[in-house]
Amino acid sequence: MPRVSFEHITKTYGLMKVLDDLNLSIDDGDFLVLLGPSGCGKTTLLNLLAGLLDVTDGRIMIGDRDVTDLDPKDRGLAMVFQSYALYPTKTVHGNLKFGLSASKLPREEIEKRIAWAAKLLQIEPLLNRKPGQLSGGQRQRVAIGRALVKNVGVFLFDEPLSNLDAKLRTEMRLEIKKLHDQLKSTVVYVTHDQIEAMTMATKIAVMNAGVIQQFGTPDEIYERPANLFVAGFIGSPAMNLRKAKLSTATGKIEAVFASGVRLDVSDYPFAQTPAEGAEVIIGLRPEHFTLAANGPVAASFDVPVQYAERTGPDASAYFRFEDDLLALRVEPDTAARLTPGEAVSVSYLKGKANLFDARTGQRM
Amino acid sequence: MTDLTVSQKSLGAEVAVRSAPYFPRKKKAITGRSIAVLVFLSICALFFCVPLYVVITTSFKTMEQIREGAMFALPNVWTLEAWDHAWNSACSGTRCEGLKVGFWNSVYILIPSLILSIGLSIVTGYALALWNVKWAGPFLFVLFICAFVPFQIIMFPLISMTAAMKVYGSIWGVAIIHAILAMPVLTLIFRNYYKDIPQEIMSAAVMDSGSFWKIFFEIILPMSGNILIVVLILQITSIWNDYLIGVTFGGLGGQPMTVNLANLITISTGTVRYNDNMAAALLTAIPPLVIYFFVGKLFVQGITAGAIKG
Repeated sequence: MPRVSFEHITKTYGLMKVLDDLNLSIDDGDFLVLLGPSGCGKTTLLNLLAGLLDVTDGRIMIGDRDVTDLDPKDRGLAMVFQSYALYPTKTVHGNLKFGLSASKLPREEIEKRIAWAAKLLQIEPLLNRKPGQLSGGQRQRVAIGRALVKNVGVFLFDEPLSNLDAKLRTEMRLEIKKLHDQLKSTVVYVTHDQIEAMTMATKIAVMNAGVIQQFGTPDEIYERPANLFVAGFIGSPAMNLRKAKLSTATGKIEAVFASGVRLDVSDYPFAQTPAEGAEVIIGLRPEHFTLAANGPVAASFDVPVQYAERTGPDASAYFRFEDDLLALRVEPDTAARLTPGEAVSVSYLKGKANLFDARTGQRM
Repeated sequence: MTDLTVSQKSLGAEVAVRSAPYFPRKKKAITGRSIAVLVFLSICALFFCVPLYVVITTSFKTMEQIREGAMFALPNVWTLEAWDHAWNSACSGTRCEGLKVGFWNSVYILIPSLILSIGLSIVTGYALALWNVKWAGPFLFVLFICAFVPFQIIMFPLISMTAAMKVYGSIWGVAIIHAILAMPVLTLIFRNYYKDIPQEIMSAAVMDSGSFWKIFFEIILPMSGNILIVVLILQITSIWNDYLIGVTFGGLGGQPMTVNLANLITISTGTVRYNDNMAAALLTAIPPLVIYFFVGKLFVQGITAGAIKG
């Protein structure tokens, strides 16, 4: 089973450089999610791997084969598209069969594989229907089936769930994950949905403006974002990012906000000893705040409630803090008790702060 | 649909009215304006219908009745004599074999030029729209320009070219010229139609098969029903009704029906046989009409089938 690597990939459209000297490599069996906002180059990267676009410079390896100049059909890949891209005039069976048209397999083998994929995806009753007669979820299954029959080591997904409704999306998410566990294949999956990324990936590459901002496991990405972009992009509500100055005057290392609130960051694993008065951006996750301060906290301060909203099992409360809103995750019943304008004492848990250099935006 | 009709029948007309969304509209009173519009439209209709009426009735009359001069009278005796004469034995020039010679010539011109023009332009359009073709933009521009070059300008070069190919003055000459002249427009039509096929379907096909011809025959051609019907109607009518190319390139042996008809009517000795002429004109006009009737139905079916939308 193959490992996929991009080596010094550059891609330009005319004068515009979309990707510049990009390196990325994933191991066999990995579920890599390329995550980023629209136009960050993630789909371009996927299409380069698929062979639908030509690289301007660099090398793409699948296993120990250099596939940079190979035709898409010869790369040993299967792809699932955002719009499903089923052939409208062919039946489901015909669609699956066409997926094997380049492989010159004997007829029995083709039928065996179609039957296997149809059983796995539970689309057997649909085999004689045309795509126009299928629902969105069923089309998605057929599209996945067309990729499965090829029996390849690497599957590519291009935002496959973004056309489905919320409930189906959750179901299909689980199913794709299950398929991956079952088949142990390598998956490259493009999405702008961070929940998909967090739940399915074994590795996430967060991209912005054609550059990989961070590459790591979902936990690493969430707990230790490498820079301000990743910190702001992952998490909902987003991480609270505030300017502060470091102070070592009291013997501890503290981040001092403009309003004078001091937050203890002595236990932060600084890469190098910070200078007194260094400008930093401090990142505070909404769920690391608490309203009931018991145990060690890094800071406690009073802030007025702006408003609270419930999102089902969770609730978020927003407080006014230094001319901006501070988002907190709170218990739903607590949120119901908060009245706008009321000042509440909030605390931030010890050892949970993220510190970024204010000048470079990189994690300290 | 069947369920609905059953319920409508069993429950009576009232239910049928209610089951469909019903928006009552005010009944318009007849005003002077609407009468004026009606009169104008009726005159317009008459303008087209009266000559047609004369043509049709005259074709069924005998020469004796025509000589009496009552143009609008119905035939005293309905006879197919004129039709038979026009088809089988009317003289154009020195040959007296009727229109059937021209009819078959037209058919022999039509079929190869249809196959040639559509076959070439559909593949060119497919390649230009869905594959990376070098210089596709300039090529399209040249095609676009070619579509507007009047045929008369390039007539003489074409004559010498067909003469060099040794097809001048034959059915093949006419067929090839038709095919070539239709190429630019047809290619643009196909190219624009295929441009609307979702890019992802092509990407999927390229990853699945990668073969130019396999994708064309298995994926693209089955999606082309609508546009093929449109192009077919366009080509059949323009080729069948053409006169200039036929008279220029057909020589003596390869004259299509229109040329045959013109000769039949203009070159005549003795009395003008109006009934023959009318019958001949109608015979020439019938084939495109038949095509419209048959293929027009398919055309509507093609649209409702919605071949493109996945």
